Amino acid sequence: MTDIIRMTAADLSTHLQSGEISAVDATQAHLDRIEAVDTDVHAFLAVSSDALDTARRIDERRAAGEKLGPLAGIPLAVKDVLVTTDMPSTSGSKILEGYMSPFDATVVRLSREAGLIPIGKTNMDEFAMGSSTEHSAYGPTRNPWDLDRIPGGSGGGSAAAVAAFEAPLALGSDTGGSIRQPAHVTGTVGVKPTYGAVSRYGAIALASSLDQVGPVTRTVLDAGLLHDVIAQHDPHDSTSLTDTWPSMAEAARSGARGDGLAGLKVGVVRELSGDGFQAGVQSRFEETVALLTAQGAEVIEVSAPHFEYAVAAYYLILPAEASSNLAKFDSVRFGMRVQPDGGGTVEQVMAATREAGFGPEVKRRIILGTYALSAGYYDAYYGSAQKVRTLIQRDFTAAFEQVDVLVTPSAPTTAFKFGEKLADPMAMYLNDITTIPANLAGIPGISVPIGLAPEDGLPVGIQVMAPQREDARLYRVGAAIEALLEQQWGHTLISKAPALGGK
Amino acid sequence: MAKDALMDYDKALELFEPVLGFEVHVELNTKTKMFSAAPNEFGSAPNTNVSPVCLGLPGSLPVVNEQAVRYAISLGLALGCSIAPSSRFARKNYFYPDLAKNYQISQYDEPIAFDGSVDVEMPDGRIVPISIERAHMEEDAGKLTHVGGSTGRIQGAEYSLVDYNRAGVPLVEIVTNIIYGAEADAPELAKAYVATIRDIVTSLGISDAKMERGNLRCDANISLRPRTAEGEPPAPLGTRTETKNVNSLRSVERAIRYEIQRQAAILADGGTITQETRHWHEDTGRTSAGRPKSDADDYRYFPEPDLLPVEPSLELIEELRSALPEPPAARRRRLKAEWGFTDLEFQDVVNGGLLVEITETVAAGASPAAARKWWTGEISRIANVQGAEASALVSPQNVAALAALVDAGTLTDKLARQVLEGVIAGEGTPQDVVDARGLAVVSDDGALIAAIDDALASQPDVLAKIRDGKVQAAGAVIGAVMKAMKGQADAARVRELVLERAQS
Repeated sequence: MTDIIRMTAADLSTHLQSGEISAVDATQAHLDRIEAVDTDVHAFLAVSSDALDTARRIDERRAAGEKLGPLAGIPLAVKDVLVTTDMPSTSGSKILEGYMSPFDATVVRLSREAGLIPIGKTNMDEFAMGSSTEHSAYGPTRNPWDLDRIPGGSGGGSAAAVAAFEAPLALGSDTGGSIRQPAHVTGTVGVKPTYGAVSRYGAIALASSLDQVGPVTRTVLDAGLLHDVIAQHDPHDSTSLTDTWPSMAEAARSGARGDGLAGLKVGVVRELSGDGFQAGVQSRFEETVALLTAQGAEVIEVSAPHFEYAVAAYYLILPAEASSNLAKFDSVRFGMRVQPDGGGTVEQVMAATREAGFGPEVKRRIILGTYALSAGYYDAYYGSAQKVRTLIQRDFTAAFEQVDVLVTPSAPTTAFKFGEKLADPMAMYLNDITTIPANLAGIPGISVPIGLAPEDGLPVGIQVMAPQREDARLYRVGAAIEALLEQQWGHTLISKAPALGGK
Repeated sequence: MAKDALMDYDKALELFEPVLGFEVHVELNTKTKMFSAAPNEFGSAPNTNVSPVCLGLPGSLPVVNEQAVRYAISLGLALGCSIAPSSRFARKNYFYPDLAKNYQISQYDEPIAFDGSVDVEMPDGRIVPISIERAHMEEDAGKLTHVGGSTGRIQGAEYSLVDYNRAGVPLVEIVTNIIYGAEADAPELAKAYVATIRDIVTSLGISDAKMERGNLRCDANISLRPRTAEGEPPAPLGTRTETKNVNSLRSVERAIRYEIQRQAAILADGGTITQETRHWHEDTGRTSAGRPKSDADDYRYFPEPDLLPVEPSLELIEELRSALPEPPAARRRRLKAEWGFTDLEFQDVVNGGLLVEITETVAAGASPAAARKWWTGEISRIANVQGAEASALVSPQNVAALAALVDAGTLTDKLARQVLEGVIAGEGTPQDVVDARGLAVVSDDGALIAAIDDALASQPDVLAKIRDGKVQAAGAVIGAVMKAMKGQADAARVRELVLERAQS
């Protein structure tokens, strides 16, 4: 039998159901792994002290003959942006150090109800602002493929936890690529569902109109299994869709069998490849597209003329919404409180707290957003950005009239080194150029590993995007790509990741 | 606080034309709050009617209260407004500790109701139409209590306590268009307008509409412009002030009158009006400067991304339209006929803002005449003395109970007034006060006869006069008996008995 921690969630599920492995075994194995490697990786901000008790109760219920869901007894890493009642929720910020939420995020509640075992909270850029986790107030997470490199961001903790076999499944949140870009640089799978498919209740808001919670895993099928648990209508979130969804796990299984590639129309976005993309990223991407063609897919180049304005529009809409969403962190009701010398008015206490509690990237974006919403500038900045957003949505609509899915490299480069882009926010922002359009349009996107870049031996991912509500299509195509490549290689990509300390 | 110079009111009106505008906030009496399931209740212990949403806890999200939307549509329809097929919430961003999220969710450029008109009846019976710009939904803020200062105000306070029970209570804000031509009646019009809104929301049953509790709050905008000679173009509008904290109908009238006199004095003296909020002080009858307010106040409004647009179906709007109660003016005509009041009597009731009280008192069993007598008489007199709203002093049920005690002969009018004082002082129901104070009329003839015989015995000259047929002399004996009975006797019965005993 494979080592427990190296199993996919789907395999672990089979063993749990057959009784060969208990939930306690599975949980203990992952806690041991965290103990062994997380000093190096630093994927976790908190590890659950209840996880083993929770696992024991799952085992008891199973022993009592209760019918449990497929993921019952499987450990789950939870991005710290999601509030939990049993572990602190900091969103990577000092201003929320030690904050205990009186309620669970809806996705966490649904996961618990499905028998998943939250084992820890994962590191992230402060308030999900960043592409490297270097903006976490608690220090960066390291990429398991190369500890000197970033694991992507903002959800670098979730991606690294999964890549380092510290958890088989993780939850992330994606506002402009925070699930997909970390998946790309860590050789894992990440899905941003259709906006509204997964509840945002309990996800500490960055930009409400862009945020979406989704799965982070090592295989497409595992992502589908977790997606099926969390994609439920939630009356606590007004933007939550009421759709009844097909099973994403079934879609992944069907895709892995090779169903549906023949005749599939695949669009390559002209504006999102070539210039500005690292050679090894570009070549792996092109090889994958060629593989799809060989399987009978019809590849068409499509143009999305307004994508070039996407990053600019995003960096007006996001800071604008964030400046308002982050106003509640004022020391009055919860979180850090800094008392200026000699007391001070409530206004001075608020200012001192926010000065001490927020990091520089958060302050930068609050200032940007406040400016963009100001009277006299609103039309020129926020107003124009919303117009660009509409144009990008139209680009997608036009493209999806020609093709079934769109593909791009998931990010322009492989994992960069710590500090490389820290002094140049624009360079950092441009790392999300491929992922941002999907958020602006509310459409779903997946990143699937497609190999290592020859020049640096680091993972590369392909992004597949589908029209709104067509999340199942991503799983079908994503699983097909994954199966074809693994057949070609004779192994999974993640099995080539460095062993790290411990086992 | 320096005392403002005031110009004589008539003189002010000679020189200037008052220009008005009102923003009335109506707290809806929904079971739960505007955006959360926390209870919407007045008077609970601080910070008990709260949820993660009204505390603005991380990860919480608002959800629109459907009942509040229905109430807002009903109110919009009652104000003669068009109902927007799609309206939107926005965020109004500003930092203040009573505002949990540091933004208020409010409707901004897309209100649910707009372009209406409401008929306001003046004290002399004239009908003045007031044009409504919009009615929009929003959430209330929490309540701050400043501790350690001498006045309960923020100046000089050591610290402040926040109660978020009110945070997120649903509000509809009704905004009028600019009102010209009110002239010397401006204060009366203001009062009549707010009374009309109060009548409308009460008849709709969508608000408790108690001004003293802040269920209904009026911000009164007022400016003056100098009069120009006939044939000349009108002067441009003057700078306005916005008077807040006006917590009774009476205060609305007084505050407007005060601001007219204050602004006129400044303008006539060559000064300029500062654009600011003014706080009305019920005790001193003055306004004081609040925070400067300019049109450039920047709330960085943007559409609330956590909420979808509100899109009521035509069916819903028509359902609510057909369920509207009769408009206040029609209702007044009906009530006047039903109650059989004279024009003068009915005007008294309307001007006192007592329609609701009398309706409820009659519903509780009193005759219309008795209800009117108590509300426009003794209760209004005490309200005047106390500077309070009549409706805040005593419940219609207690007034009806009082009237019943008089009808039953248990109380004389004079005793009933004492009982009313007891009820207002918080001693319980009229029956409670009667029992506790022992105020019932002595109807035991034996006790009366004993007192009469005593009085006649001590005043033999009077007895002689009565026996001589000088019946009016009995007054002295009646007075003595009433005194001995501490007023708790029916004077007519005493008179009867005195004459009887004198002849025996």
